[in-house]
Amino acid sequence: MAEPIARETPALTRKDFETDQEVRWCPGCGDYSVLANVQRVMPELGVRREDFVFVSGIGCSSRFPYYMNTYGFHTIHGRAPAFATGIKLARPELSVWVVTGDGDGLSIGGNHLLHAIRRNVDLQILLFNNRIYGLTKGQYSPTSRLGMKNKSIPMGVIDHPIDPLAFALGAGATFVARTVDVDAAGLQEVLRRAHAHQGTAFVEILQNCPVYNDGEWAAIEDKRTRVEAGLPLEHGKPLVFGAKGQRRGIRFEHGVPHLIELADDADPIAAGVTVHDERVERPAYAFALASLTPPAFPTPIGVLRAVERPSYERLLDQQIATAVEQRGAGDLRALLQSGDTWTVE
Amino acid sequence: MSIAQASAGRARKPHQRVERVAIRFAGDSGDGMQLTGTKFTESTALAGNDLSTLPDFPAEIRAPAGTLAGVSGFQIHFASSDVRTPADQPDVLVAMNPAALRANLADVRPGGMVIINADAFTDKNLERAGYRDDPLPDVRERYRLVEIPLTRLTFEALADLNLSQREASRSRNFFALGLMYWLYARPVEPTLRWIADRFQGEVGEANRRVLMAGIHFGETSELFPVSFEVPPAKIEPGLYRNITGNTALAWGVVAAGVQMGRPVFAGAYPITPASEVLHELAKHRHFGIKTFQAEDEIAAASAAIGAAFAGQLALTVTSGPGFLLKQEALNLAVVAELPLVAVDVQRAGPSTGMPTKTEQADLLMALYGRSSDSPMPVLAPATPGECFAVMLEAFRLAVKYMTPVVVLSDGYLANSAEPWKIPDVDALPRAPIAYRTEREGFAPYRRDADTLARPWAIPGTPGLEHRIGGLEKQDGSGNVSYLPDNHQRMTDLRREKVERIAAEFPPLEPRGAGSGRLLVVGWGGTHGAIATAVDEARAAGREVAHLHLRQLNPLPRDLGDVLARFERVVVPELNTGQLVRILRDRYLVPAQGYSKVQGQPFHVSELRAVIDRALEA
Repeated sequence: MAEPIARETPALTRKDFETDQEVRWCPGCGDYSVLANVQRVMPELGVRREDFVFVSGIGCSSRFPYYMNTYGFHTIHGRAPAFATGIKLARPELSVWVVTGDGDGLSIGGNHLLHAIRRNVDLQILLFNNRIYGLTKGQYSPTSRLGMKNKSIPMGVIDHPIDPLAFALGAGATFVARTVDVDAAGLQEVLRRAHAHQGTAFVEILQNCPVYNDGEWAAIEDKRTRVEAGLPLEHGKPLVFGAKGQRRGIRFEHGVPHLIELADDADPIAAGVTVHDERVERPAYAFALASLTPPAFPTPIGVLRAVERPSYERLLDQQIATAVEQRGAGDLRALLQSGDTWTVE
Repeated sequence: MSIAQASAGRARKPHQRVERVAIRFAGDSGDGMQLTGTKFTESTALAGNDLSTLPDFPAEIRAPAGTLAGVSGFQIHFASSDVRTPADQPDVLVAMNPAALRANLADVRPGGMVIINADAFTDKNLERAGYRDDPLPDVRERYRLVEIPLTRLTFEALADLNLSQREASRSRNFFALGLMYWLYARPVEPTLRWIADRFQGEVGEANRRVLMAGIHFGETSELFPVSFEVPPAKIEPGLYRNITGNTALAWGVVAAGVQMGRPVFAGAYPITPASEVLHELAKHRHFGIKTFQAEDEIAAASAAIGAAFAGQLALTVTSGPGFLLKQEALNLAVVAELPLVAVDVQRAGPSTGMPTKTEQADLLMALYGRSSDSPMPVLAPATPGECFAVMLEAFRLAVKYMTPVVVLSDGYLANSAEPWKIPDVDALPRAPIAYRTEREGFAPYRRDADTLARPWAIPGTPGLEHRIGGLEKQDGSGNVSYLPDNHQRMTDLRREKVERIAAEFPPLEPRGAGSGRLLVVGWGGTHGAIATAVDEARAAGREVAHLHLRQLNPLPRDLGDVLARFERVVVPELNTGQLVRILRDRYLVPAQGYSKVQGQPFHVSELRAVIDRALEA
């Protein structure tokens, strides 16, 4: 758990996490749904409201803390993971959440995101991916698809996009998940899992920008098509997707994915479908999962990876405890008088 | 003076009393000159002299051996009276090779002593140093040249040890150190203790033997007919130690944590010449200090601000290029009104510049280097030892006024050492922190009527949940506000809050005189050179006074009056005129600047000339 100190938590409701500030995202923005679901999950986490801190950078998603009735810090572009690291190292008992976007987190803030993840600071990092810059009115982001035409490159994007999950895995993430803005149940479950994880929990949230990149995730957001477009991940269960009559599975051979047609009564495991194991220590399997992209493959949704590694703030506190144990608590007088001194009469 | 007869293999030679001496050790950057200088400094402090040091080394860890680029030097000035500078000209130069001679000879006092390792003066080394002809005849003519086969004597001392030539050769700086210990009657025991603690086995034995061999060489060699005695200085009674600016600065941070009752969080990224502060703080985890080596300068400042938001005493420490990167984060700390201390150990620039060389050219960046109107208090220590007190003061002000505070140190203060009277811990100011816990009447930007500080309400405090950030705040509630009048008011409040700090400053007291013909105004690490020059000029009958500013923002309220009481104002700075610009702008006085940007501190002699010229004009 993210909460080393067990505290009695009063019964809270979603209302307790709403602020008096008017929410100022565009009508139809995916952020509304994420906000509502975060507010729904907060009371279930066993954390007192005053022990939550929401930290953000700059961008549409980064307005998030203003709408959460917790402690919150709306910082500077891309640097939220660094601010959050400082907060968590200073006060490990706090539950610290980072809200960022594809531009904030992967462009200007790529360096900070990388280092927060590889240190495994116990943060929940929610990266809202809408594949566009919204607040600056529609420039392409580091996740925008090749060829996408927009204001800052009317002839189409020529920058190869980065995949947030592959980035996090490359940085050595211990927890990596993907969820969808409008999928309330799935989103809530991933948030609960992220909070329970000890270390950096990296969550990509596929989020629609109705103004500058509408429909980017339509296939996976629409319940009618999600069955075909999404690959639900469940630990210990085979990688199966599709509606009745169109069921298919995925088998990885040497990291290469293959689609397997499944009859309705077929046993997927017997048919060779790979069983999802989020606890595989080596990241290659999670990378292979992250590499599944449409149109050839469904989009994996859920927890790709959840492994254990000591979190940074705990290691730091252990060093302090060890130092105190070995040398006693710091004594200022002894420090100032250490080494060679002399007395002038 | 007669040379005493040698008896029982031990020579007793006469002592000659001298009042002050400056020695420069110079060699290849691999020759251990910084270590030699540091050990000599420790021993000199224990001998009771006042002292000041100037380490001067290249940025390259090991430049090509024997070249001018690789020369590393360490100068120490010690005396039986006040010492405030490392001295303009060394009286003694110890040159371990031709490059060290070539790079340093011009600085030596005419007629001074030049001690060389004669074994290193080979044709090849002379060529590497760029000498076409043998320089020694000329040196003999103008200085007292002492040629010692230092490498050979080192090998001889170690003949029966099982060391390779390379290993044995490494001890030769200890020969030079031993010789200088004898020449100036320094105590050797502290260095012997240090060698025993620091080195294992044969290497330790080698260093010990070579050190003693240097001392015995002095005692017995006819090259030195006399040794010198520099009697202890008359210093204020108390317990003393040597301290560099960087160590004093780090200990000031430790002390702030103790005296304010909160752990310290220090975010930093390695950079010369500030890294030692991080290294020093990292040693003290048992004080609860959390040092964090961040991925870059921006993250170091950002993490520190995060820690401040969470209620810690937050520090970030860097040098010029890093301070530039931190401005974005400091800008946020200004609008978020969080306590943070940001230290810039200035170095010569622009850009990467000369990382190991000193300069004081970041004043305008500290004052104006951020977007929009972004006022921050700026403090500057004047001496290495003062770095301790300035950090206590910086944290006190940061918390009291809820503001980021800048401390401008510099490369000279950072590496320079001086005897430091160890403060009585019980007498240090205590400033316990009071976080806001009371719900009644709480608003994130409701200010204290006197200080204009907003409350420090930290996460974990029930009922005070609130959001802050970089967007303009509504006065009081702290909610996001774009209202025109509110922005005017918040901008004015941020400025006014910093200005009010000046009410705490003690009255200015120029050294020498409160009024008169000439006032020399300085700030930061130039204090020693300016004070010495002014004292010397006054002793020579010149009508001049010295004012040293420790607070650069806000400026002391009586500064304008003090300036007005002098006919002329001269402002020497190791930049092209930054404080002088501010004084002229703020007080409309015809202050004149004196600029030097050579990566080196002021010489007393050049400031004497500046004073004389200003009085003649």
